[in-house]
Amino acid sequence: MADLGVRIAGLELRNPLWLASGIWGESGESLAGAWRAGAGAVITKSIGSSPRPGYPNPTVESYERWGMLNAMGLPNPGIEEYPREIETARAAGALVIGSVFGGTAEEFAALATRIEAAGVAAIELNLSCPHAEGFGTEVGGTPEEVEQIVRATVRSVRVPVIAKITPNSADPAGLAEAAERGGARAVSAINTLRAMAIDLRLRRPVLSHGLGGLSGPAIRPVGVACVWQIYDRVKIPIVGVGGILTPDDALEYVMAGAAAVEIGTAVAFDGISVFARLRDGLSRRLDELGFARLDEAVGAAHPGRRSAAAAAEGI
Amino acid sequence: MRTDVRVTDVVRETPSTVTLRFPYEPPIDPGQFVMIWLPGEDELPMSVSYAGGVSKGVTIKGMGETSRRFQSVRPGDWVGIRGPYGNRFDPTVRRLLVVAGGSGAAVLAPAAEAVRARGGAVDVALGATTGPELLFRDRFAAMGAAVEVATDDGSEGTRGFVTEVVARRLAADRYDAVWTCGPEVMMEKVARLGAARGTPVVFAVERHMKCALGMCDACALGPYHVCVDGPVFPAERLLGATEFARFHRDASGRRRSF
Repeated sequence: MADLGVRIAGLELRNPLWLASGIWGESGESLAGAWRAGAGAVITKSIGSSPRPGYPNPTVESYERWGMLNAMGLPNPGIEEYPREIETARAAGALVIGSVFGGTAEEFAALATRIEAAGVAAIELNLSCPHAEGFGTEVGGTPEEVEQIVRATVRSVRVPVIAKITPNSADPAGLAEAAERGGARAVSAINTLRAMAIDLRLRRPVLSHGLGGLSGPAIRPVGVACVWQIYDRVKIPIVGVGGILTPDDALEYVMAGAAAVEIGTAVAFDGISVFARLRDGLSRRLDELGFARLDEAVGAAHPGRRSAAAAAEGI
Repeated sequence: MRTDVRVTDVVRETPSTVTLRFPYEPPIDPGQFVMIWLPGEDELPMSVSYAGGVSKGVTIKGMGETSRRFQSVRPGDWVGIRGPYGNRFDPTVRRLLVVAGGSGAAVLAPAAEAVRARGGAVDVALGATTGPELLFRDRFAAMGAAVEVATDDGSEGTRGFVTEVVARRLAADRYDAVWTCGPEVMMEKVARLGAARGTPVVFAVERHMKCALGMCDACALGPYHVCVDGPVFPAERLLGATEFARFHRDASGRRRSF
């Protein structure tokens, strides 16, 4: 069986399948549950300076197995109360990555300091929520902003900082370059694509917020393309996110250049057992494709960066 | 995935509860819930109080501003429905004791009807703050159940907690199961009474909900998500093992004591 262990941004992980932020991350017991189900790391809900209830429902619209639209509105218990959830997850042995969102570089840095103290192994910066005024894409939409936020955060903490960037930009890879310049140890891509659904009978948007973000298989080709472009322009590792339901979906991201991947919408479609299925299936599929280790497949689809295994097989 | 339907009937059941009836084709089992969207207001998880046939129904208790807006819906108004979600009560029970506190009767009435339809026997312990708030008392009686009531103010039946009625019923008769829905502290007491008699107790549980798809974590309860693992749980899965009857989470995920 191919080795799924990964080393990324100084972290040693048992597998490359991370629980994406926003999924199962409000309670520590849920994070622990995702860890027990086989996730290689679990990312918290994005945590802000104060408690936020998020938007009123409807906050979600599901499209069978091809997509999921949401505008939760960054609900979270706030940095004051959240550390005990991290403690619960860590007590279960989980490798926890803390996601934070702020309105300014200073706020990001302060939140990162607080969540680091709670014992997270790394920090993911939410620079990419597409539907929250004053946060997410609105503060992480340009290379200058990304670099400034990442730099302020990196200076404030010891653990590795990962920048989650938006696809709702003309040049997502430029945002990744900015994150690298700012000192990020990895970038994750992509967050959801800005999207909307309309109820015809009621002549109004379905989501209470109107605009939301699309996830699920519909956005996978977009995510793969972003990872592909980022891989050509940065040296830091990439965490691929967006629409992974199967081992082959994950391997597309890996061959495009991702060293690890995040799993989100698949949990809604297939339950938390999706982690064990992806883990076992990924290992088998790597065997079939002639890779002894996952890291040999990273970027394997790029011309001139074919892996040793592929070269040996004359592909 | 939502279906817009026109509300056909609005029935005031008690001073604080209102039933909305609407046509909705998908079959729903008692215990399951739908997400009901009142455009411009909110979308709430509601266990169905009328599950059979095309005309489904939910019974809404007026708790705050949002639920009062749902109560002020008129026949002909549009609402959006998605679901059903969650699990169900097992209707094959032969001898059932139903314990309903307040609006808990909303989910238990159709569940008890399903047991009666299969020939099972049903007794009911029904509690409320005051006599006029006893929800579905007549409906339980109409299905042939023996109904004993308790009210906080003593205006009807036993004065005090419905758990006193439960203790009497469990001492007097043997039941295959006790199904309960109401305030969690009450449900916890019912579970203790059932455990003392060796009678399995089943809860229907309420939590804040957003996605209803097992994803957003709003309805986290211990290791479970009420929207997909519940709302129906054997008592022993929750008591002691989770925060049941101790705290719930608000819309932000903060812990709130009961």
